[in-house]
Amino acid sequence: MTTGKQSNTWLRLLEWWLVFLLPLVPLALLTYNAWIFNLGADPAQEIVLETGVWAINLLWITLAITPLRRIFKIHWPMRYRRMLGLYSLFYAVVHLLSFATFILGWQWALLLKELVERPYIVVGALALLMLVPLGITSTQKMQRRLGKNWLRLHKLVYPISLLVMVHIIWQIRSDFGEQLLYGVLLTLLLGTRVYFYLQKKTRVWRAAKAA
Amino acid sequence: MLIKKPDSIRSSEITSETVYLNRRHFMRGLLGTAALAASGVANAVPEYEFEKDLPIYRGPDWLQQKIRASARNQAFSTDEKLTPYFHVMSYNNFYEFGTGKKDPARNAQGFKTDPWKVEISGEVGKPGVYNLEDIIQPHKLEERIYRLRCVEAWSMVVPWIGLPLGDLLKQFEPTSKAKYVEFTTLHDPEQMPGQRSRFSTLDWPYVEGLRIDEAMHPLTLLAVGVYGNAMPPQNGAPLRLVVPWKYGFKSIKSIVRIRLTDKMPKTSWNLMAPHEYGFYSNVNPDVDHPRWSQATERRLPSSLFRPNRVETLPFNGYADEVAELYRGMDLSKWF
Repeated sequence: MTTGKQSNTWLRLLEWWLVFLLPLVPLALLTYNAWIFNLGADPAQEIVLETGVWAINLLWITLAITPLRRIFKIHWPMRYRRMLGLYSLFYAVVHLLSFATFILGWQWALLLKELVERPYIVVGALALLMLVPLGITSTQKMQRRLGKNWLRLHKLVYPISLLVMVHIIWQIRSDFGEQLLYGVLLTLLLGTRVYFYLQKKTRVWRAAKAA
Repeated sequence: MLIKKPDSIRSSEITSETVYLNRRHFMRGLLGTAALAASGVANAVPEYEFEKDLPIYRGPDWLQQKIRASARNQAFSTDEKLTPYFHVMSYNNFYEFGTGKKDPARNAQGFKTDPWKVEISGEVGKPGVYNLEDIIQPHKLEERIYRLRCVEAWSMVVPWIGLPLGDLLKQFEPTSKAKYVEFTTLHDPEQMPGQRSRFSTLDWPYVEGLRIDEAMHPLTLLAVGVYGNAMPPQNGAPLRLVVPWKYGFKSIKSIVRIRLTDKMPKTSWNLMAPHEYGFYSNVNPDVDHPRWSQATERRLPSSLFRPNRVETLPFNGYADEVAELYRGMDLSKWF
């Protein structure tokens, strides 16, 4: 029925807009609060921290999409995996640019010094650097062009997520509650990959034995 | 056809409400200064003007009276621009109330700071548990504007009200065996949510310490107030230490015990990470924290496009007064 199909299209469009707009909410709030001077004594730190947190949140969410599909048979988020991954990259870029602009004021000498003396910055920068090619090759055209290698390349997201963990663990002052939470979630997310990998291996092995 | 009418006032020319209010605030401050200069009492503690909706902590009556009778110690005060009261009372490191900078202001509002008792113990002639009022009452309070340098490489300029720690200690007659002073913060997980956290590597209660000559140094202040009023709970009410030439974490908050001892106290951050936080923790641009540089600091509040970065000075700029305390010591070893 045409009407049914039409309402479906509308729902799909609504869904797309929702998923597109939701990740922008933290940035919008941050910008608004910066505008009305509501970020406290150190707005620079606040912006750097918040954009970093959302880069991680969105990366973890992106990593959750495959397990959602394979374990819980929830398929619809798959349509938004690329968008959410790109949002994570977007927040990571804003995170780095905010650090360079608001904290360092683009003083290159200072940037170099900070890179040497705050090694967790190097680790974070490396994670971002590795995320960039994934963003560039995220289009369908690139996906087709790279074929099998596309999947291989995008497995980079696993080492990236581990670098991100190092980046935040290295900054622990005394309380590690937040890092523990991110760590447990990541263990679950990566654990499912290991599980599926082993499952596939045994299947292949059994098949080989049967033959 | 679309006719675009030019706006008579560009939006960039419209002063935002915040800036407008701040300007009024600033002008009131100027008037206050002028009145102060005219009255001739240059060293009286000024009546600070705050934005209307900011909470002000009056403290108990006896303290309010002591503060009213206090005067600024100009000789011990910097003339640098003050960090606004709003930021002083809303940007705090006080992990007992949470590790976020805004957590203390959020979580400490119900904190009971009156009545308050302080235990004085160890190598003193008159040990005991005293009411805060009784140990403060004999002293004249003074205002001192100090730089505060956090180990995290940011700094503020704060007008404290208090008394020299040495004056208070003398009252309890330290013995010749008193080589160090150990301070302890209240341990009360019911009131202090940070002490209930299961993921903290800091042990409670928080303990800090000074060598006796550091404790007796005239710059070392026991503070009971800030900005012409009582200490806000998030800043360490009702009694905190202020040691301006050391990193901020040495300036322990909400003190309930002062113990004089012949041994170097085991202090909280030093116990947790001895390679990162030394017992002395004097501000030193030449000795970096293992994870970040201490050569510069950001003076708060900073605005987004002016990071406000300033050079960090040895002993936070108090070298003339305190460097001799450490003569002959290798400061990179005794950091």
